[in-house]
Amino acid sequence: MERTTDNDALRSRELHLQSLFLSGLDGDERAYRTFLSELSGHLRGFLRSRLQQRPGEIEDLLQEVLLAVHNARQTYQADQPLTAWVFAIARYKLIDFFRGRSRHDVFNDSLDDAAELFAEPHLEPAQASRDLGKLLEQLPERQRLPIVRVKLEGLSVTEAAQTTGLSESAVKIGIHRGLKALALRVRGTP
Amino acid sequence: MKTDDLISLLAAGVAPVDRRAPAKRFSIAVLAGLLGAILLMVTLKGVRPDLGEVMATPIFWAKIAFPLCLMIGALGMVMRLARPGATSGPGKILIVAAVTAVWVGAVYVLMATAPDNRVAIILGNTWRVCALNIALLSIPGFVAVFWALRGLAPTNLTLSGACGGLLAGSMATIAYSFHCPEMQVTFWAVWYLLGMLVPTILGALLGRRWLRW
Repeated sequence: MERTTDNDALRSRELHLQSLFLSGLDGDERAYRTFLSELSGHLRGFLRSRLQQRPGEIEDLLQEVLLAVHNARQTYQADQPLTAWVFAIARYKLIDFFRGRSRHDVFNDSLDDAAELFAEPHLEPAQASRDLGKLLEQLPERQRLPIVRVKLEGLSVTEAAQTTGLSESAVKIGIHRGLKALALRVRGTP
Repeated sequence: MKTDDLISLLAAGVAPVDRRAPAKRFSIAVLAGLLGAILLMVTLKGVRPDLGEVMATPIFWAKIAFPLCLMIGALGMVMRLARPGATSGPGKILIVAAVTAVWVGAVYVLMATAPDNRVAIILGNTWRVCALNIALLSIPGFVAVFWALRGLAPTNLTLSGACGGLLAGSMATIAYSFHCPEMQVTFWAVWYLLGMLVPTILGALLGRRWLRW
């Protein structure tokens, strides 16, 4: 088998994921979905190699990083390598995870190699031990309803505004704040 | 919830992102910080009565240039630090250069001054209150800059907090310069810097806690 860490392969993966992500930033739902699923494969492989002693928590941390990538997406600049941006987020969440559980023992290998991130995707999802759905239910109405209507039931913002009685901007703000609140609840929840 | 379900949730109905949102947040924060500091200065301290006259002297503008350089440097750094994967950038060069210039100037003035008067030009007349006043005027900017940072994604929390604090402190010092009667570079080199260090250190300490996301 050819080495997947080959520079050309990494480069084309970077460009491919970046173009999907940039389309996603412009509101292309399909490109964004593809981006997130391909990214989760890479992240899973990356986290798997970092969390060898805690395999049960890979999927939890992966979901946490995906939420973080989504919530931070406005900070990405098109002239910056996507690898560096995603890696910085994954690294931040990984360090936060270790700190929260004070598991410095696991934290022994280098966290500085961004190139590794897009090296080898791992597509087989494991079971997440934490249930995001339950955490979602705990959000306040103003945040939960917009997320449920738009994100889970697939209504448009206008339709969601009509069924919830909120204004359209309140629906948008509710989704935005709700996903941030979800990320905070996810953090440190086993 | 499975990861695939989370991906569907995140992607569903995803809205276009305003790429200039981070720049807008910092514009609002800087505007709020400067206006807040000026308002506090005018109401609590008052503009110095001879402002019209001193504004005609180059030394007054040198006094403003010092915190202005720190403000530009700190703003450049903090805007970069708010983005994952970006280095802090060239802002620190401007900060180091400005502080060095003021210190070199202060040493030069001290050498040229008779030993008996040296302490007097360092302490001025207001050394007791200067740093405290600057720290006080930095409060609106501090809150505004931390608000801006909390909406973004800093990954080096201590450094981001420190740069945010320095940004607030330098904005406060610009405003304070319109009240402060001290015109000696030796005074600014110590007390202005100390005043700006208070929010900087506070920002570094609070950053770890307040900027977590």
